[in-house]
Amino acid sequence: MPKIKLSEYATTTIKEVCASFNHNEGELINVLHQVQHKLGYLPAEVQELVAIELNIPVAKVYGVVTFYSFFTMLPQGENPISVCMGTACYVRGAEQVLDEFRRQLKIDVGETSADGKFSLNALRCVGACGLAPVVMVGDRVHGRVSPSDVKKILAECKDGCLTHN
Amino acid sequence: MMNTIQLKIDNKELEVPKGTTILDAAKRNGIHIPTLCHMKLHDMNIENKPGGCRVCVVDVKGRRNLAPACVTEAENGMEIDTHSMRVINARRTLTELIISDHPFECLTCAKSGNCELQQLAHDMGIREIHFEGDKSTYRKDTSPAIIRDPDKCIMCRRCEMMCNKIQTVGVLSAINRGFMAVVSPPFEENLDHSVCTYCGQCVAVCPTGALTEVDHTPAVIRALSDPTKTVIVQTAPAVRAALGEEFGLEPGTLVTGKMAAALRRLGFHFVFDTDFAADLTIMEEGTELLDRLQRHLNGDQTVKLPILTSCCPAWVKFFEHQFPTMIDIPSSAKSPQQMFGAIAKTYFAQKQNINRNDLVVVSIMPCLAKKYECSREEFSHDGNPDVDFALSTRELAALIKLANIDFHALPDEDFDHPLGESTGAGVIFGTTGGVIEAAVRTAYELQTGKTLQRINFEELRGMEGIRDATIDFDGLPIRIGIAHGLGNARQLLEDIKSGKSHYHAIEIMSCPGGCIGGGGQPYHHSNSEILKARQKALYSEDEAKTLRKSHENPYIIKLYEEFLGKPMSHKAHQLLHTGYFDRSTTFVEED
Amino acid sequence: MADYKMHILVCGGTGCRASQAEQIVKNFKQELAQKSLDKEIKVVTTGCFGFCEKGPVVKIIPDNTFYTQVTPQDVTDIVEEHFIKGRPLKRLLYHNPKNEFSVTSAKNIDFYKKQVRIALRNCGFINPENIEEYIARDGYAALGMALTEMTPEQAIQLVKDSGLRGRGGGGFPTGLKWEITRKVQNSQKYVVCNADEGDPGAFMDRSILEGDPHSIIEAMAICGYCIGASNGLVYIRAEYPLAIHRLKIALNQAKEYGLLGKDIMGTGFNFDIEIRYGAGAFVCGEETALIHSMEGSRGEPTFKPPFPSVSGYQGKPTNVNNVETFANIPVIFNKGAEWFNKIGTEKSRGTKVFALAGKVNNVGLIEVPMGTTLREVIFDIGGGIRGGKRFKAVQTGGPSGGCLTEKHLDTPIDYDNLILAGSMMGSGGMIVMDEDDCMVSIAKFYLEFTLDESCGKCTPCRIGNKRLFELLEKITQGKGTMQDLDRLRMLSNVIKDTSLCGLGQTSPNPVLSTLDNFYHEYVAHVNSKTCPAGQCKALLKYEVDAEMCTGCTLCFRNCPVGAITGEKKMPHYINQSLCIKCGVCYDKCKFKAISIV
Repeated sequence: MPKIKLSEYATTTIKEVCASFNHNEGELINVLHQVQHKLGYLPAEVQELVAIELNIPVAKVYGVVTFYSFFTMLPQGENPISVCMGTACYVRGAEQVLDEFRRQLKIDVGETSADGKFSLNALRCVGACGLAPVVMVGDRVHGRVSPSDVKKILAECKDGCLTHN
Repeated sequence: MMNTIQLKIDNKELEVPKGTTILDAAKRNGIHIPTLCHMKLHDMNIENKPGGCRVCVVDVKGRRNLAPACVTEAENGMEIDTHSMRVINARRTLTELIISDHPFECLTCAKSGNCELQQLAHDMGIREIHFEGDKSTYRKDTSPAIIRDPDKCIMCRRCEMMCNKIQTVGVLSAINRGFMAVVSPPFEENLDHSVCTYCGQCVAVCPTGALTEVDHTPAVIRALSDPTKTVIVQTAPAVRAALGEEFGLEPGTLVTGKMAAALRRLGFHFVFDTDFAADLTIMEEGTELLDRLQRHLNGDQTVKLPILTSCCPAWVKFFEHQFPTMIDIPSSAKSPQQMFGAIAKTYFAQKQNINRNDLVVVSIMPCLAKKYECSREEFSHDGNPDVDFALSTRELAALIKLANIDFHALPDEDFDHPLGESTGAGVIFGTTGGVIEAAVRTAYELQTGKTLQRINFEELRGMEGIRDATIDFDGLPIRIGIAHGLGNARQLLEDIKSGKSHYHAIEIMSCPGGCIGGGGQPYHHSNSEILKARQKALYSEDEAKTLRKSHENPYIIKLYEEFLGKPMSHKAHQLLHTGYFDRSTTFVEED
Repeated sequence: MADYKMHILVCGGTGCRASQAEQIVKNFKQELAQKSLDKEIKVVTTGCFGFCEKGPVVKIIPDNTFYTQVTPQDVTDIVEEHFIKGRPLKRLLYHNPKNEFSVTSAKNIDFYKKQVRIALRNCGFINPENIEEYIARDGYAALGMALTEMTPEQAIQLVKDSGLRGRGGGGFPTGLKWEITRKVQNSQKYVVCNADEGDPGAFMDRSILEGDPHSIIEAMAICGYCIGASNGLVYIRAEYPLAIHRLKIALNQAKEYGLLGKDIMGTGFNFDIEIRYGAGAFVCGEETALIHSMEGSRGEPTFKPPFPSVSGYQGKPTNVNNVETFANIPVIFNKGAEWFNKIGTEKSRGTKVFALAGKVNNVGLIEVPMGTTLREVIFDIGGGIRGGKRFKAVQTGGPSGGCLTEKHLDTPIDYDNLILAGSMMGSGGMIVMDEDDCMVSIAKFYLEFTLDESCGKCTPCRIGNKRLFELLEKITQGKGTMQDLDRLRMLSNVIKDTSLCGLGQTSPNPVLSTLDNFYHEYVAHVNSKTCPAGQCKALLKYEVDAEMCTGCTLCFRNCPVGAITGEKKMPHYINQSLCIKCGVCYDKCKFKAISIV
């Protein structure tokens, strides 16, 4: 794995977050949440520093990061697309919608497009079952999406609708 | 108060103490319930029972589900069936499931014949795997000592438990989840990128071939068949107490003589003994202890006490990673393996008039970290290592079998001279407490000028993880600490760091039980009686020796006279002492 | 609420917010200010109304007028018609699909008629960000009563008498759980609220936290008093930002009001609550896994005993209840065990919240008395099957539950009946399926979920479920054999029998219940290589019926892969080698000219 050098901002952020939890190892998950929130993702180098700050083996940090689906070691695309695969959405055709995103973006679930514009994820129930099937682009919820809407959603993103949302 | 309970297992009425698991209750009464992930070393405080493999499930009357025997406590009035149709079907299905996600490589697997999964499949009478599908596959990792083949990991978590709970090294952790869950170093990188000490306890407990040692036998065979090379061998103390197990002998059978004979038949030109180097270690380490002690008594504030032993390479790597600020505390004496190599490639080579490059030093070790130790740069001279290859006890057994040697028919033979002579002090290096006892025997006599009245220091022996004793050095009380298992070592180090420790000398061995429980020994398959038998064997070999103090070894005396001068001389420093490195550097660069 | 004549309640649940509810609130405020009505009419953002199908929902009180599918553009009209002209805006009223009449009052909507709201009592009625509104509806009275008038033993007895059982799925009697934890001697104990709702298609816990967070805080404090704990923890999904936000506000307000913290209400009782975040692991709904997760470790379950009530968080006695269970507590104290006892069935007292979704007309969150039948839920409250299709099955209990059919429709819903029927209550997800749903695919869908969420600790769940999934995949691809069906059943039973935790022990339920109730569908996949519902892509082909095709080109224009060719006004043709079987053409065709064969 190629090593990246952490920016001063990243280093300071991690140290501050850990300090705010009193370097308590029991707060590992809260620490990772905050660090990911601030840095966007949790590459190896970030996990190593978290381990040092909390005085726990980095193996444990990595074990935790890879256990929880909320944590990611890869940078997300500018437009993180999440297709809800909760049951309500599934029975109303979410899989076809997901397939269409896969096809159009030429990436699989968990991947980011080469230009860094999109990443694709499947998630479990956002609780908007009334709008099934639901697709989230960033924080924006698209309801009652059909495969033929996919093109439009992607185009909207490219037009930068997200930036003024 | 009811301290026992009554229950029925397979229609047998039993009475067991309260708190007993179904597994133990059955075992006490001659009912063997198969297990896979469960592992317990009795009396050593080592237990792994995640209740994960589910192979030990039994039918408890009145319960909805089958109960895992290893974690379910027996209760009064329980009625248990360990071999109902339902149980057998479940157990076989579980075994098949595990195998369905396991490479079908039994014939070529390093663990073949020693694999607990193979044994289970055999015992279950598995003839066909009814489930096929994807297998979880991962990258293989080869380090200087250990090979990880995670495809063969069955998630028993024993290695993770040893690495974290017992050794507190913290390299291995379960990663991912679901079908892709596996035990791995961080970021699935290689072990040599981690803080792994190569103690090999993960290998010692792995039920399958997921963790094995790097095989150096081909290299040794190549050296033995090279006519330009003189190949000599040294054998560590703990090997002689365990090698016999590989040939079906009772644990604890000493095979020193047969081992020497076998090595000679394998073609080694000289068969020497690491015990000789152990005696040498005592001379250097013991002298260093007395030196520090004297300076301390003279009021020198800079002197570092307690002195820590440094024979164990896993322990050395451990403190280099984990306690970098304390690398000046351990003795600077090299381990016996490396002292042997250094002497062999100088003193002995000169004596025999062999160029060091034509002399191949092979060691037989109960240990996997010794493989790594040979590869450390400071133990090489112009790229030529002092010890060329370290074979584990298991590898030696394999070599003997490969050479068609009938081990049982071998006569007892002696080691060669000059590097084959040793005292009883050298022999007990192989068990926890042994190094420090050997050191005490010599240090006492050197310090006090008196002869010891009793040679056995029972107060230093035993199996508890941390022990201590005060030895009276003729009015001077010497406080001694002993730890085996790196977790226990960590505790002692923390005490030193915080100033709580008041010891003069501490012996540390990485493996539970010391070298007798090393990662290169025949697999103990969770039977702590085997370790105890090996320990007993070493003490009995010590008892049987006429010379039992290192400084009485005539060849050691001669070595100093002819070559080294005196302990801690300039030459001794050059050849027999070393330094340690701060390995705490992480990959995080800070501005 | 006294100063205002009227209130406009705008649903601020996640679903409605996704449909611009916030903009609606903004527009209302603007419009009212413009018309100088802002002194008389107050706009309140509430928690979820439950009627997500028709969201965004706006309710006017006191007259109870209920507007559905409101857009920000509708606001001007509503203000004009309702407040200025004084008559309901007809076009936004709920239309009863059965008779096409519009219904003005929420009370007369079928969706609400059969509901009894206890856990959801405040959702959609109060502003969850204002503690005063909670207090105005008897909030914190129960805590006051417990602390000042009852001993912990008496309070526990009350919960026991109520017959409340855990709403998280298992149905363990809540009072008994409290009593066990109380009896364990330890100076440090914990109350944990399990808000790690991971069941796909269930969102009641989220809605309660979003709509009525104080009820949870109050209940946890009562529980703390009962078991002897002064620390509470809410373990909540990080995917619920709104719920977290509102819970935090509520916690701060409760502290300000002296309802949390030291010496609560001057009784000497101390209780505080912290938030811990989940990170996307369904298995953390299992209490031992949840506790490991709260301790910062991988959320792997451990064998019980010891139960958390003896050794839980940090090794201390810990009482874990889920959100909906807690939401019931204050009401039980306020109205008494006897009152609660009268609702529901003999062994399952009270109500249950269900997230009704799938192919029903009225998707949403409902709360009904235990003992209500599935038919009442699906056809009366849910308004029947969407698009006039035929009911096929209802899946309850999420990935741990099973699929129930026509023959179960009149079964009164309670813990025990659902288990008898081969499913379970679970957290209350209820997904309705119609004739277009392939039951083998549904089983596969749930298995895929379990596979993703299995922690990997025990063999049956880690490998067994994978093999189950692969068998189902084989069958949906038309490669299955009859022997595979036997193997499915056998393996399912072993997984149930030997898994470590509830996740694995129940994961084969969707397979077993579909095997039981829809065996013929499996057989069709295996023997005649067909998918009766037309869902399994590998087994179906889309074709154009040349006689029906008018050449309208709609299919041609909508096909995402360009697999359809044809001239205008001429029959079209689907190139099978290009077709990805997405079904768009089938859906778009107005002339039923595309058939699945």
